[in-house]
Amino acid sequence: MTPKGRVAIAGLGLTPQGQVYDRTHVGFAVEAVRLALEDAGLARTDLDGLLLNPGLAWGDAAMGSFMLQQALGLRELRLSASMNLGGATAGAMIQHAALAIAAGMCTTVACVFADRPLKPPAERRSRGGEPTGSAAAYAFARGLDAAYGQFGINAIYAMVARRYMHVYGTTQDDLGAVAVAQRRWANMNPAAQFHDVPLTLGDYHASRWVVEPFHVLDCCLVSNGGAAVIVTSAERARDSKKPPVYVWGMGQGHPGGDPAERLASGAPLAKRTAFVMAGIETSDVQLCELYDCYSFTVLVTLEDYGFCRKGEAGAFVAAGHTAPGGTLPVNTGGGQLSSFYMWGMTPLVEAVIQARGEAGERQAPRRDVVLVSGNGGLLSTHSTLVVSPLPS
Amino acid sequence: MSETPIAKPVPEASPALAPFFAAARAGRLVVQRCAGCGALRFPPRELCSRCLGLEATWQDVSGRGEIFSYNVMHQVYHPGFAADVPYAVVIVKLEEGPKITSNLVGCPVDEIAVGMPVEVAFEQLSPEVTLPKFRRRRC
Ligand SMILES: [Zn+2]
Repeated sequence: MTPKGRVAIAGLGLTPQGQVYDRTHVGFAVEAVRLALEDAGLARTDLDGLLLNPGLAWGDAAMGSFMLQQALGLRELRLSASMNLGGATAGAMIQHAALAIAAGMCTTVACVFADRPLKPPAERRSRGGEPTGSAAAYAFARGLDAAYGQFGINAIYAMVARRYMHVYGTTQDDLGAVAVAQRRWANMNPAAQFHDVPLTLGDYHASRWVVEPFHVLDCCLVSNGGAAVIVTSAERARDSKKPPVYVWGMGQGHPGGDPAERLASGAPLAKRTAFVMAGIETSDVQLCELYDCYSFTVLVTLEDYGFCRKGEAGAFVAAGHTAPGGTLPVNTGGGQLSSFYMWGMTPLVEAVIQARGEAGERQAPRRDVVLVSGNGGLLSTHSTLVVSPLPS
Repeated sequence: MSETPIAKPVPEASPALAPFFAAARAGRLVVQRCAGCGALRFPPRELCSRCLGLEATWQDVSGRGEIFSYNVMHQVYHPGFAADVPYAVVIVKLEEGPKITSNLVGCPVDEIAVGMPVEVAFEQLSPEVTLPKFRRRRC
């Protein structure tokens, strides 16, 4: 028995994104859940499950979902957990919710991400020119790294990207093509932080380096805000205010070992489980929302799902296949590079909007089989969802 | 007006790293060796992820290897590096297998390449801490 089509996403809530400071991380989470319930036409009392992916501002967040339950005034929950697989968490939350609903443990689950890594400008202090904005949020150093000047997640990812470019011949133009294609989508997404800013490959090359091989436009945004979706049974979802987005397939893949040796994500493993459950082949996928912490991650992910052979995604993107009007629309809201950074919620949110047919100017022509990927821990955790507006 | 530049961070010679720094002071590069299965590893860890053995010793390595990957840091994350940007951080794959994150000295950043042969070169930061770095090796 597979859960295909038995569970659906019935509500979506997204707060204002980016340099917004009027709430705490808990406040953003509450607002996202309130918006998702309103979107679905449900009441707080309909919720009996709560899953939270705590962002950086939650600290260790060992009891994050309980904190959020109290803030939301929820009673009689039958499912609760804080989960963290980095960028793979959003997909994993949907999966845990779907399994719990299919098992009869609960009926209606809010899956939530919120964060507030950016400080208001007036609260930022710099000793000697070091960053205080988005670059500060992820600027930790591990072990001996600080002595060698290796700071931040960008620097660690850059090591894997450089090795990948060396092995597969991927060029700086290839990375730039991802940023440009996604910006074209963002220019049609009013909710995107870069909605009003066009981007050419020339602009990309002229943009400042953060850590080679990454220009600033290869790196995701850093956003304050919250995002939530409501997962429920297919029957209940059909009573929702909005068209249900059915979960067809789901899987995870966590390959272990050294990502710089592997040069691949957990997608091949996660895909196998999810596509078998959904009863689809790679060629059936009509639309992709792929986790894009970096432009580089999109190339790796396209290859790992089998849309291109290893090393060929750069040319695939550069040829325009993933851009508006292309054969395989990818990251149609602009992704984390150009719209907003809610970890794995960014691709999931856009998948729901597209599957419902609510994407307006940027609506992809075909939306029956939508692939959503989540990736975390430096190509080390992965979740796959296949969703559709059709029950089967 | 000149200000005293802020120093780079000096790593703490923690108990786990004490043998590493003791060797570096003496001009030797060492990595951990699992007493159970013989696997070499760096940085040091409390157990071997290959055999789960808890016992380990430190073993000298050749100090020779090649650039496995590198990045070029343009963003200043610590004021001690403000005068250095852009500077490279490298991952050296040692001939014996383990990888070590370090810097390449005496090599302009635009000449660094994956696969470049390198050898260890020690840099004394303080009486307690000497840091292994690398330089190009002619072969
Ligand atoms: Zn061992």
